[in-house]
Amino acid sequence: MSVWRAIAAAALFAAAPALLAGEIPPDARRSGYSFMGLETRAMQDDDTANPGMLFVLDGEQLWGKKTGSAEKACADCHGDARSSMKGVAARYPAIDKALARPVTLDQRINLCRANHQQATPLPYESRDLLALSAFVAHQSRGVAITAGDDPQAKPFVDQGRDLFMQREGQLNLACTNCHDDNFDKRLAGAPITQGQPTGYPLYRLEWQTLGSLERRLRSCMSGVRAQAYDYGSPELVALELYLMSRAHGLSMETPAVRP
Amino acid sequence: MARASVHIAALIAASLAFAGVARADDLAPYTIVGDGIPTSLTGSPGDAARGHALVLARTTTCILCHSGPFPETRFQGDLAPDLAGAGNRWTVSQLRLRLVDASQFNPETIMPSYYRNDGLVRVGRSFAGKPILSAAEIEDIVAYLATLRD
Ligand code: HEC
Ligand code: HEC
Repeated sequence: MSVWRAIAAAALFAAAPALLAGEIPPDARRSGYSFMGLETRAMQDDDTANPGMLFVLDGEQLWGKKTGSAEKACADCHGDARSSMKGVAARYPAIDKALARPVTLDQRINLCRANHQQATPLPYESRDLLALSAFVAHQSRGVAITAGDDPQAKPFVDQGRDLFMQREGQLNLACTNCHDDNFDKRLAGAPITQGQPTGYPLYRLEWQTLGSLERRLRSCMSGVRAQAYDYGSPELVALELYLMSRAHGLSMETPAVRP
Repeated sequence: MARASVHIAALIAASLAFAGVARADDLAPYTIVGDGIPTSLTGSPGDAARGHALVLARTTTCILCHSGPFPETRFQGDLAPDLAGAGNRWTVSQLRLRLVDASQFNPETIMPSYYRNDGLVRVGRSFAGKPILSAAEIEDIVAYLATLRD
């Protein structure tokens, strides 16, 4: 594997100057889906069995519902999400021009609530926020990820990469130690994947609910006994952005199902 | 103004509390000789039966990465060598150093240093300043690993 990867990396060196040692070359990138058992895959593939689809349906309702003191629904500005939201999640986190920094899809939804609906922000991991982001991201199912292509995003992608490579916590492990160097192996019997962010928000059987990418990153950090960054913190946003740029070209699959 | 000083007082109180939490537990001193630590961290030998239970316990984290002669559990990792025969391959002194600070054998190792309480990044509040294992736990595990002979 590592010899093959080294050869692939060498072959790609000219084409992909941004690839650092240990990073996974584009044609070796695999969604977490490919690491799962047949049953979990079947559950993801069948919309009538995929528990994440219930959130997508809730999100569709919320999309059309007037809210806030502006009495406006998402649909009043954006129309039919099937066309207006197609491909959007594949570009997030994206730079917000006014803030001059990247914002996640969750943050974008709350910015729209504050600025256009005059509504209060939805708390992280609340059912309504997960439902809306699942509904929006679902419109990108099958679309190739391009987040991080914006040259303005570069410093934030780099910050995220540094965080990904940084050892941390009492166990002194970095994301890269598991997700670049040891995917396809087993941690306490469970498969380690490449940590690709393709399916979020996704339904995790262990959680018994839908959860955001930030929830997942925070649990990896707690796993190595590090102090997890707060939801919405610049560090988590940068990590998310790096993960998306690292998944460049993989297809979105929201809502995915994971064990 | 009054408000500001209340804030400052609160900040100071918070940072003192934090310093209290983060203060390092004292570690037993040890001396590295060659590629090992020849003397027990506690001054007495460990208990292999307790060491066996510790290696299998989730909280010690060993079998997150390692497999071994543990038919009682299927939750074993394969990021690291199988522990079967570790007692043939390594002396007690080497095993002790391996647990205390595996980076002495391989600076790039992913195996955590089990007896260390500083120089780490962003350690979670409830773990800050503490080694992963106590000296007694290390001795018990070393005693157990020494019994793993093919
Ligand atoms: C000690 C090993 C380890 C470390 C270190 C680690 N993870 Fe994970 N991570 C896992 C395991 C195990 C899972 C669950 C199985 C899977 O999806 O890979 C996981 C899951 C993930 C997933 C979900 C992938 C999917 O398909 O849904 C992402 C994303 C991720 N990790 C990113 C990170 C980031 C970012 C860091 C650093 C902050 C990190 N991980 C640190 C072991 C680790
Ligand atoms: C995050 C992964 C990880 C954890 C957790 C871990 N180890 Fe290791 N261990 C390794 C790796 C990798 C090696 C191989 C040599 C190296 O890289 O240091 C190793 C090597 C060893 C060796 C020498 C193996 C041989 O026969 O060559 C022993 C003994 C050992 N570990 C015991 C333990 C014990 C006991 C624990 C728990 C207290 C533990 N390890 C926890 C990753 C780990």
